Amino acid sequence: MLKRFRISIILLMAAPILSSLAVAQNQPPPAPRHDISGTWEPANGPQDGVQADGVKAMPNDNKPQHQLPYTPYGLQAFKSHHALEGAQAVLPGFFDDPRDKCEPLGFPRMNFYNLRETQILQNEYKVVMLYQYATTWRVIWTDGRELPKIVDGGVAVGGEVKEPRYYGYSVAKWADDTTLVIQTIGMMGEDRVWLDTAGRPISDQLRVEERLHRVDHDHLEWSVTIDDPKIYTKPWVAMDKFPMKLEDPHRDVMEQYCSPAEMERYNKLFGDPSSGPASHAPAR
Amino acid sequence: MRRKIIPALILAFGIVNFSGPLLAHHGTAAFDTDKKVTLKGTVTEWFWSNPHCLLQFDVKGDNGQVVHWIGETQNPVTMTNGGWSKTSFKVGEEITVALFPVKNGLPLGRIITVVLPDGKMLDALKGTSGVRDYK
Repeated sequence: MLKRFRISIILLMAAPILSSLAVAQNQPPPAPRHDISGTWEPANGPQDGVQADGVKAMPNDNKPQHQLPYTPYGLQAFKSHHALEGAQAVLPGFFDDPRDKCEPLGFPRMNFYNLRETQILQNEYKVVMLYQYATTWRVIWTDGRELPKIVDGGVAVGGEVKEPRYYGYSVAKWADDTTLVIQTIGMMGEDRVWLDTAGRPISDQLRVEERLHRVDHDHLEWSVTIDDPKIYTKPWVAMDKFPMKLEDPHRDVMEQYCSPAEMERYNKLFGDPSSGPASHAPAR
Repeated sequence: MRRKIIPALILAFGIVNFSGPLLAHHGTAAFDTDKKVTLKGTVTEWFWSNPHCLLQFDVKGDNGQVVHWIGETQNPVTMTNGGWSKTSFKVGEEITVALFPVKNGLPLGRIITVVLPDGKMLDALKGTSGVRDYK
């Protein structure tokens, strides 16, 4: 009887230790230092990064808390866009999103439309992001170079003026062991690219700050702040700790492309006839 | 019996609420999402493409007249996540398609499910969140 009692006491005392060991076994290992490499996907499912109604933290849903701080010019630029998504969406036959002409999405829209499986590679000089959508890549320099300066006609790199780019000029520094802070400027202006699929604009004065924080070995949080004084009266957060999870390193990511030929066929067979009156149906 | 009814009611309530957001977003502007149509037809083409895959099929009416329908699904990446593939359909196969038709009355629609000749059902929402689908 006494022996059974002793065993029970020992088991009771050991239970919390065993329990915490079991929990610890299920916990991912800690984040490695200065390393965000890997194949990542939205932690809340593949559709979480689609952001069809606009940027994740501020969708265009007419809610007061999601109204953007437009300058008069920024509001005018927004109204000139006819988006297929969001609160001011038009029918498929009447929109002018450059996405549907298979134009480059540009940065930062790459983060705000179809952000799906993303492969991040890095070495001592740079971090490279391979986006699934449109099979697009970005180079982010971590070799200590300075961020270029915005000047008329593009950016100044040293004494040289370079052209604006769809994906801008990016440099990054480690804010701590597990957080990479990326600064990007020198993107295309409002006549070439949109900020998001709801038709929000950006200009060539845009500065973007991204913070990629590796929470632990298997999880990453991605935040993006928009600072564009030509379009918005103050900086605002477009993506707030968007969760990504690490995939199997052997994962072979499927391509998702924009093909002008397939787009034309889709619009002819389905997009255009579904938008208008039946009398506008094309011959098949 | 009661044990079976209550879960069924909970499931039905869940399905109704799950499908609710479909009404809210752009893509449904052209579709009558209150009107689910079920059609039996013969596959004429399965086009695995971006931005949406297209399933073309012929439906023979009671009067013998054949109507050519086109249904769209999501893009190949999303459909792959839901278990669909480039070889999901063969030309000439008899299928049963449930879809939301377009509002203007043309034989076009957004596919919800397709039942194959062997009875297997493909769910067009399976690879999506059910909220942000068809973008």
